[in-house]
Amino acid sequence: MLVEVRVQLKKEVLDPQGEAIRRVLTGLGFAEVSRVRVGKLMLLEVEGGDAESVRARVEAAARDLLSNPVIEDFEVRVP
Amino acid sequence: MSGARRPRVAVVVFPGSNCDRDAMAAVEVAGGEAAPVWHASHDLGGCAAVILPGGFSYGDYLRAGAMAAHSPVMQAVRRHAADGGAVLGICNGFQILLEVGLLPGAMLMNRTLRFICREVFLRVERTDVPMLRHLRKGKVLRLPIAHKEGNWFAEPEVVDWLESQGAVALRYCDEDGRPGEGVNPNGALNDVAGLVNADGNVLGMMPHPERRVGSLLGGSDGLAIIRGLVEVA
Repeated sequence: MLVEVRVQLKKEVLDPQGEAIRRVLTGLGFAEVSRVRVGKLMLLEVEGGDAESVRARVEAAARDLLSNPVIEDFEVRVP
Repeated sequence: MSGARRPRVAVVVFPGSNCDRDAMAAVEVAGGEAAPVWHASHDLGGCAAVILPGGFSYGDYLRAGAMAAHSPVMQAVRRHAADGGAVLGICNGFQILLEVGLLPGAMLMNRTLRFICREVFLRVERTDVPMLRHLRKGKVLRLPIAHKEGNWFAEPEVVDWLESQGAVALRYCDEDGRPGEGVNPNGALNDVAGLVNADGNVLGMMPHPERRVGSLLGGSDGLAIIRGLVEVA
């Protein structure tokens, strides 16, 4: 099954990349965009297992490698 | 060349390391014998000190240092550090030490979003740890930086605790040793340029001491740090 892992900088961590994108959007006329946060989307093709066990395994992988808990939060989406 | 045994320092080579040869040369200048250790190795070849050099280990994929942190050799580095062995992480090596948790916090992209390659000034805050013992507290060093992820971050209460413990070993400053706006190149909290662990045997720093070990290289401000490492090997 195809599992999504979304990794985002924590709310309290400044995201200069998102801020730079927001400024350019404003310059392009998208002034209604008040905030941009840039994250990562990883798609993992996982073999076998039921949804719950796959979720548990992918969450473990997200904690071990895919995210850094000091600066990032993650979310796992299993179909 | 004397017959005396020179102290052996392991220099870990990851795929994508690019300061490993410089680090090995610096170790030799400082009187040591440098031994390259491949990232897939499970030991440090009997060396009593280790350098994690700069570069782009594993292409900096995912996060700088994240993949290298899980390589086999880092298990050996962890054991070495736990036994009190000296570890110096430079630039990407510092990022790896953060990713494995041997030093606290994490690196964010530089505030300016740019790769910064220039000289900076840093103030020596700790001289009671082996690698910094040849320096004077408050001394200002001029060393080059070359990184895009040097914007050190930790939770505010963690930063306060680290300051109270004296974990900030090196701090960005101006040429007279003053911190403040305009002297911090990357946005690192509290102008952190280098951290040392509680036992004083693990030092991580973004500036490159191995690039300043002689007048031909534009200065020797980095030599004292490399010498401090070699002498405990």
